[in-house]
Amino acid sequence: MSIFYILLIFMIIAAIIAVETQNLLSSVICIGAIGFGASLMFLFLRAPDIAITQIVVEVLGLIILIRATISRDLTFISGDREFFGTVVSVVIIAVIFLAGLKILQTKSLEEIQEIRQTHPHVVALPDFGTPVYSFTQGAASKEYVERGLKETGAANLVASIILDFRAYDTLGEATVLFTSIIGATVILRLKSKKRLEELDV
Amino acid sequence: MKGMTVIVKTIASWVKILIFVFGIYIILFGHLTPGGGFAGGVILASSYVLLMLAFGRGFVEENLPSAVASKLDCLGAFLFAMIATLGLAFGGSFFINFVYQKFLPGEPLHLISAGTIPLSNIAIGLKVGASLFLVIFSLSVFCKDFRCKEI
Repeated sequence: MSIFYILLIFMIIAAIIAVETQNLLSSVICIGAIGFGASLMFLFLRAPDIAITQIVVEVLGLIILIRATISRDLTFISGDREFFGTVVSVVIIAVIFLAGLKILQTKSLEEIQEIRQTHPHVVALPDFGTPVYSFTQGAASKEYVERGLKETGAANLVASIILDFRAYDTLGEATVLFTSIIGATVILRLKSKKRLEELDV
Repeated sequence: MKGMTVIVKTIASWVKILIFVFGIYIILFGHLTPGGGFAGGVILASSYVLLMLAFGRGFVEENLPSAVASKLDCLGAFLFAMIATLGLAFGGSFFINFVYQKFLPGEPLHLISAGTIPLSNIAIGLKVGASLFLVIFSLSVFCKDFRCKEI
């Protein structure tokens, strides 16, 4: 489980560098590091489908961002009280982070079962990445695991869920993508067409 | 912009077909191995992005005009909705897996199995690949336009 914390700290450091650095290109590269860290995390959580999608989308997004930033660089606004503001924001973030760690303290499965036996009403969060739904009564994912191959015939359980049991979600996702692509192409192309007509004249 | 150096152009012309075939594999075997329509579609789009980066925008525009790409995009969305509506027509419920239940059960762990799931994967892969190619193409057009205005 310690690999998750190492990855998490790596991603947090990359995010801080991406916000704070002066160079736009290194900021984009740090965003890429965050994305690849997330992909590795999905891989360690045994979710190869999401890991493949994450890494592919990350590569494509990085290409677009680097292509957009490599030719021009933005200047950052720096005030007189930059140091003071940075220190205050870092302290606030650290306090919130530590408080969150204290409140959302996780326990391993054995500890939770011990607590359940003595105090049945106390609720405790399990550790990150624990397969909680494998022993919860009446969990939907258990039904999927048991009936997925028999009812859909697909060997990849993720495909049988996103395209059969939960196909409405995929329809909504496809509709959102379709609509946003239509909007982007219409807006971007109209401007360029106008510009090309002006250039022809 | 006429693209990059000769080295990049040669390597890109060798690698492009491998990336394209890998995307098709990810889409077609989406119901057997990790992957699926979305990831495979993005890989298909990235092969064209590689061509666009190596050879310039005009080369890609000759190979796959944006009008054809938008038609492919609409075709993918239409196919996905059509599979769902055919489920309503044949199976009595929207999005029901009518091919697996009525016509072609197939064997599990074979390529021809799982009914409508590989068909939906193909539709989604077509849609995602064409639409991502379209948005990157439009962004590159817009970028050129933006520079024209500055000069």
